[in-house]
Amino acid sequence: MRTALAPNPAISPATDPAMTTTEPAAASQMPGRATAPAYVSIEGVGKSYGSRHGAVHALAGIDLEVREGEFLSILGPSGCGKSTLLKCIGGLERVTKGSLAVRGQPLSGPPAKAGMVFQRDVLLDWRTILDNVLITAEFLGQSREALKPRALQLLQRFGLSGFENRHPWELSGGMRQRASICRALLCDPELLLMDEPFGALDAMTRDDLNLELARIWQDTRKTVVFVTHGIAEAIFLSDRVVMMDRNPGRIVEVMEIDLPRPRTLAMRETPEFGRYVAHIRHLFAGLGILKEG
Amino acid sequence: MRSTLHEIASVLGVIAAAMVLWEIGVWILKPPPIILPAPSVIFAEFLQAPSYFLRQTAYTIYTTLAGFGLAAVLGLVLAIGIVHSRLLEKTVYTLLVALNSVPKVALAPLFVIWMGTGIEPKIAIALMLALFSVVIDAVLGLRSVDPDMLNLARISRASQFAILRKIRLPNALPSIFAGLKVAISFALVGAIVGEFVAGSEGLGFAILTAQGQFDTPRVFVCLLLLGLLGTVLFYLVEGAERISLPWHVSQRGHASGH
Repeated sequence: MRTALAPNPAISPATDPAMTTTEPAAASQMPGRATAPAYVSIEGVGKSYGSRHGAVHALAGIDLEVREGEFLSILGPSGCGKSTLLKCIGGLERVTKGSLAVRGQPLSGPPAKAGMVFQRDVLLDWRTILDNVLITAEFLGQSREALKPRALQLLQRFGLSGFENRHPWELSGGMRQRASICRALLCDPELLLMDEPFGALDAMTRDDLNLELARIWQDTRKTVVFVTHGIAEAIFLSDRVVMMDRNPGRIVEVMEIDLPRPRTLAMRETPEFGRYVAHIRHLFAGLGILKEG
Repeated sequence: MRSTLHEIASVLGVIAAAMVLWEIGVWILKPPPIILPAPSVIFAEFLQAPSYFLRQTAYTIYTTLAGFGLAAVLGLVLAIGIVHSRLLEKTVYTLLVALNSVPKVALAPLFVIWMGTGIEPKIAIALMLALFSVVIDAVLGLRSVDPDMLNLARISRASQFAILRKIRLPNALPSIFAGLKVAISFALVGAIVGEFVAGSEGLGFAILTAQGQFDTPRVFVCLLLLGLLGTVLFYLVEGAERISLPWHVSQRGHASGH
């Protein structure tokens, strides 16, 4: 799929025309990535709301920095508030406590240059795949015509060439989710928020999309916050994994994943990968979330 | 297209069969013609003065379509307002629902007092009867949006107008058409009621005068014309739906497929 974008020796892979970005890919190899500036700063964030059974604390005492250009996963059981946290970062939900800033600016509403991918693809049935991707341009008030070549390139890169003029219902679940990722990437967001994007897909499609996402991230260095309940998926994709527990939703541990890139599916069988999995599994078992036997 | 023709053919077949049974039934049971005339007698009655009947039909069509068109536009505007404004929801929507529980036909004489005996009160009654189903179904459709669809628009900082035009309205179209299909039948009822109450033209008026003369065949001609009219109007709205919603689940069987 990528070879279709005629490789130009004059430009580095990072300046792949479909994936323009401000940061060179070489940055990933720099050892001091931990010192990258914070893109999102979350301080003492809490979110509560009233319900029939009294106050519910969806989030409590969340302190977290999402570094510029990192791939961060938020992992936890259902009900731990990981999706709520993601929506707060996206300015789609208000926090009731603490402060949240994107690039140093306190958040009031969705941040500029953010894209989001949801668990369900939420493609619009009345639009073709191409028009679904281009809706981001329409919403942002940018020219459809100007972004059409980029949309077509993205679709090609995600293996959707030939499906531009089809409607969503004519595509498989995996293809639909690819199209929704293209839609999120259309206007070259700096921050990509992903809410269990592969949770509804079968295991093989999921592996496939994990690989593609890892590759895209490698090339573009977007700041990604990825919510998942898949342990292997979180380790495979991330620079750091944030583990959360519920009642109230809180962070219990943040773990650096020190596996080389580019990542391959075969890495999941290595002892290092196994140690990360074991560590996370042990942690959740200790919290009473994973029970064996 | 073939399936549409097939559908029309089967509808016509059923109606023709019913007519034949009716004719045979009258021929065997011989009810007094003032109670139930045979279809052949009704048809002969129509042929005696086709221009009269067609003129009355045209008048009723005009009243019905005017009332329906106004109800569609006004209903959609009201629904958009109700969905976007708490105030309108609390006032207009509440009033509409309260008014809906009044048997609206009972308000027809009031419209005659207000507007006289011309075509205006008939259009107004048709409008009033059709309006509710448009508003209620449109409000339902405009509200039934996947929250993540709205989140998608909000993360791209879409304006309320863009959300309405690009998400809410297309998403509500199936529901809006469901309302319109009910509304067209109600508009026809409204038109006839208007002609009953104070009319000098139209199929409703023709039925009333024929009743005064105990001319049962003429009543039946009008009734059959009304049935035909109602069916054609309904299928016109459905045709518009098919053209507007090739993407909807209910229409995919008809779309030129892959």
